[in-house]
Amino acid sequence: MMLVPCPNCGPRNASDLRYVGESHSRPNPNEVTPQEWRTYLYMQDNPAGLLKETWYCRSGCRQYFTALRNTSTNEFTNHPLPGNKTGAVDPSFHYVSESKSDTNDGASS
Amino acid sequence: MTTFRNLVSSSSLNSVRDSGSKTIESMKKLKSDPSKPPRYSAAGLFVKGAKGDTWPRVWREVDLKKSYDVVIVGGGVHGLATAYYLATNHGITNVAVLDKAYLGSGGSGRNTAIVRSNYLTPEGVAFYDRSLTLYNTMSTDLNLNVMFSERGHMTLAHTDSALRTMRWRAEVNKLQNINSSVIDPQEVKKLAPSLDVSPNTRYPIQGALYHPPGGTIRHDAVVWGYARGADHRGVEMHQQTEVLDIMVEGGDGPDGKGRGGRVTGVRTNRGDISAPIVVNCTAGWATLISDMAGVKLPINTHPLQAAVTEPVKVFLPTVVVSGSLHVYVSQTDRGELVFGASVDPFATYSMKGSLEFTEELAGHVLELMPNIGRMRLLRQWAGLCDMTPDYSPVMGFTPVDGFLCDVGWGTYGFKAGPVSGEQMAEAIATQSVPKLIEPFKLSRFEDGNLVGEKGAAAVGH
Repeated sequence: MMLVPCPNCGPRNASDLRYVGESHSRPNPNEVTPQEWRTYLYMQDNPAGLLKETWYCRSGCRQYFTALRNTSTNEFTNHPLPGNKTGAVDPSFHYVSESKSDTNDGASS
Repeated sequence: MTTFRNLVSSSSLNSVRDSGSKTIESMKKLKSDPSKPPRYSAAGLFVKGAKGDTWPRVWREVDLKKSYDVVIVGGGVHGLATAYYLATNHGITNVAVLDKAYLGSGGSGRNTAIVRSNYLTPEGVAFYDRSLTLYNTMSTDLNLNVMFSERGHMTLAHTDSALRTMRWRAEVNKLQNINSSVIDPQEVKKLAPSLDVSPNTRYPIQGALYHPPGGTIRHDAVVWGYARGADHRGVEMHQQTEVLDIMVEGGDGPDGKGRGGRVTGVRTNRGDISAPIVVNCTAGWATLISDMAGVKLPINTHPLQAAVTEPVKVFLPTVVVSGSLHVYVSQTDRGELVFGASVDPFATYSMKGSLEFTEELAGHVLELMPNIGRMRLLRQWAGLCDMTPDYSPVMGFTPVDGFLCDVGWGTYGFKAGPVSGEQMAEAIATQSVPKLIEPFKLSRFEDGNLVGEKGAAAVGH
């Protein structure tokens, strides 16, 4: 299938992990309108190219991590960091998203 | 009337005259029905073979015009059906269907060709039943044999809860006059003797939802039939024409795109086209096209893999689906077993096959049919599925005026092709949302009115 570089366990087969989905920053639940919340819940970027995404190492270290993958070739372009830190992602990387900050990934909180 | 059309109709009439038979004389009326493309006939085949004639192109290849009334992006079943019904039901023929590869190169030529209407929600049932009705009469409507085989469709239940869902589905179906019922393992064995219904398996078969009107159909013929029918009415098909951008003005996003904007045309690799209406029928590539107009979609692209075995004697008379074992299987008229499973577990645009899929599939198939262990797989392939969160499609108008979507079909787009085309054509022609597709509007994700079909659509085909 493909090898996913887990920061703790090294490269592992994708079937060992659970694909959580695109990494989007979660809006503050106390401040958002229902429409904004639903946009966060349902809308996807789904680019054919670089995608920042969250994986869960289900049968390894059982940790969440963020990775950067090219969805056309399935190549990972960075070495991911554990948790919801995205430090390994190149800051100049062109990410098609309206999200303002990446410090609070919904999937890992 | 173009010269091509004259050529085709006169040659088919000639073949009738040559044969001189009375029965074929009576078919002349059918053949000369100007509203339909000419029929292919055995007599015509014989005469052409004897004369050594070449066959005319099935649809024309013409130059791209500067403007159209409607531009349809995506030349699969959905795009072509929309074009066909626009031309036949509503008389809108200044239509172009664009495809970046060849017609039917995406999901329309990669699916496992199963059709059924035994869904879970009343909205879903009504919708797919209309599709099945259209498939039933398609061969006569399009004057092309699409090889519809109404062989019955069986969804196996391996657990008590699965059986409960089957009963629920059967009741929903019966309420809407769909032939669908729950049967016990003995009846399953009668319908498909090769299935192992003994209680000694890991997941014993406890019953099944049997849906006699379900079956299979030749998917390529459906694509060609719609293309031919649409061409006959004057619609243009443009292959190898990739849409690079969609021109929108007046929207709230960058370059005037996005909410409140109005479509003015598309930019392709063969030049710009101006058009007031652009329809997105691009399945797995749906978000890439919608992004060009500034419309966000709740869609992720996942590949769905399928495989086919070597041909053997026909032994499996129905379509067999098992949700718990993640497999569906049918036997083609040629004798090959066609297998499919659920989508790959992560989003990607890559259509590479994987060993995991084959391994898992083989294991599950052997649990169902232990006696085919010596059978060999011929090949496997993948197609791209546009998955929505509620396993229901996104159809109709978007926040951008003139930009319509018929996407989000996920793993079940083929069986919905005809009805989607019919309803989308009605939406375009009347500029209002037909009742049948009203529940599938894009704004349901903003309003929170999702149409949950996962119970009946996730694996079951």
